[in-house]
Amino acid sequence: MRPFAFKRPAGAEAAVKLVAANKDARFIAGGTNLVDLMKEGIDRPNELVDISRVSLNLIRSLGGNGVSIGALAKNTDTANNPLIRQGFPLLTQAILSGASPQIRNMATNGGNLMQRTRCAYFYDLGTPCNKRQPGSGCGAKEGLNRYSAIFGWSDSCVAVHPSDMCVALAALDATVRIRTVAGGERKMNFTAFHRLPGDMPELDNNLSHGEMILSIDIPANRFQANSYYLKIRDRSSYAFALVSVAVGLEIDKGVIKNARIALGGVAHKPWRAEEAERFIEGKQADAAVFQQAAELALRGAKPLSENGYKVKLAQRAIARALRRAANV
Amino acid sequence: MLDEIKPPEEQCLSVDGSRRDFLKKSAVAGAGVAAIKLGGAVPLVASEPAVEGGIPVEKLTVRLNINGKEHALPVDTRTSLLDALREQLELTGSKKGCDHGQCGACTVIIDGRRQLSCLTLAAMCDDRKVTTIEGLAEGDKLHPMQAAFIERDGMQCGYCTPGQICSAVAMLEEARNGEASFVTENINAIPRGQKLSKSEIQERMSGNICRCGAYPNIVAAIEDVQAGGAK
Repeated sequence: MRPFAFKRPAGAEAAVKLVAANKDARFIAGGTNLVDLMKEGIDRPNELVDISRVSLNLIRSLGGNGVSIGALAKNTDTANNPLIRQGFPLLTQAILSGASPQIRNMATNGGNLMQRTRCAYFYDLGTPCNKRQPGSGCGAKEGLNRYSAIFGWSDSCVAVHPSDMCVALAALDATVRIRTVAGGERKMNFTAFHRLPGDMPELDNNLSHGEMILSIDIPANRFQANSYYLKIRDRSSYAFALVSVAVGLEIDKGVIKNARIALGGVAHKPWRAEEAERFIEGKQADAAVFQQAAELALRGAKPLSENGYKVKLAQRAIARALRRAANV
Repeated sequence: MLDEIKPPEEQCLSVDGSRRDFLKKSAVAGAGVAAIKLGGAVPLVASEPAVEGGIPVEKLTVRLNINGKEHALPVDTRTSLLDALREQLELTGSKKGCDHGQCGACTVIIDGRRQLSCLTLAAMCDDRKVTTIEGLAEGDKLHPMQAAFIERDGMQCGYCTPGQICSAVAMLEEARNGEASFVTENINAIPRGQKLSKSEIQERMSGNICRCGAYPNIVAAIEDVQAGGAK
């Protein structure tokens, strides 16, 4: 591992200044992804700024059942917080489906948003990868792409975002609150936080270097009784999603008033199925409607040589998640 | 070129790289490179270069409590907690399996929470309280989880066992605290003093891999402890 300076500033302001001043500096909190990337030589910072003790770990009510979850709250504590369990069971489920208990005890919410793809080519220094080394090519597009994207990929990158938590946050219309380098704050819709690869796959998200996530805010909703996170993977625990589906429904007398559907494992970012959401809103909650919505959601899919199975898998997963959420 | 035979663990000690890195390099390049790498990898001795690739090698002192004992550890900023435990403190109970957070063999309990020492930088452990497998027994009296693993034969080769046991001890504490898992039926109705089913135990222990496949006996050992101690 490349040597690095280690700093532990007193607060967010000082931390942002340190990282902003050095393009090879990184924030570190849980470290579950960054330390691994550094061991592999994929990320080679010369300075780590330890923010793990900055007090951004509160989970507080925003009125109604809206909540603000601190960027530095641990995944475990977030999943088990009563405000989240009762107000956003979808988020609890999604978090608990990810990684292992040990990793969730270490990993922070902000870090979950910042984690990098697990595409095998990104991790293998002996192969080309535009995300790791811009301009070197994409090994996965014509190579081993069973885990790769079926939506939103480009010629330069077909990697998928690995998070489960982020799929739920995309469905829940969350907002990311950010400390800017200039010292102010800005907010970004969660669905605008992560990027599609385009011709700059080295950028996973729309943060500028040195900007720091302060919290993730989730507005009040009425999905508590009818939400579900379905994760399909190669083994039943401690594996990344082949396809996952986050569903939130508001149902009144059998009619869907409001729907949110987001997919994981299919794109460079959590993928909202907005057309399918609009299709089921105002309709009866029944299996036939859900099946049509699932087919609609996959209409624009562009599978690669080895991941055609994801189209049918995602259709079935969406239909099943909707049925589970609606109890039909 | 390796004129003294070192036990495998010692060959893997690393300021600069993982066991996988070591194995990979020695496999492609032969023992010559491995020996050079070993020579450069002995941490925290006077011969270590002060600058690597133009970047100064930074060292700091970490003060932490390990198994009830206070330590002031001089560490390279790159040192993982696992390497600090094994190589500097000779607490070799915690195992280096994958060194990438995928196997759980390095699991220790930090401030009451099971965590992966291979992905924890020692530099970040100031003021932390760490319990390793060596800290579970009270003198000659085994921790009930250790006794149950022996009673139930919850191992074959034993390499994953320290991580399994540390993980299981902290896992039952999480359950007592009412924490949910992905297979919990109703996350908003967890009874006080919940008793975990087999599938709950399996899900909650999924971060600890056992290549020998001793899982049924591991689960049985944990069930025994949950039911009130080893039988």
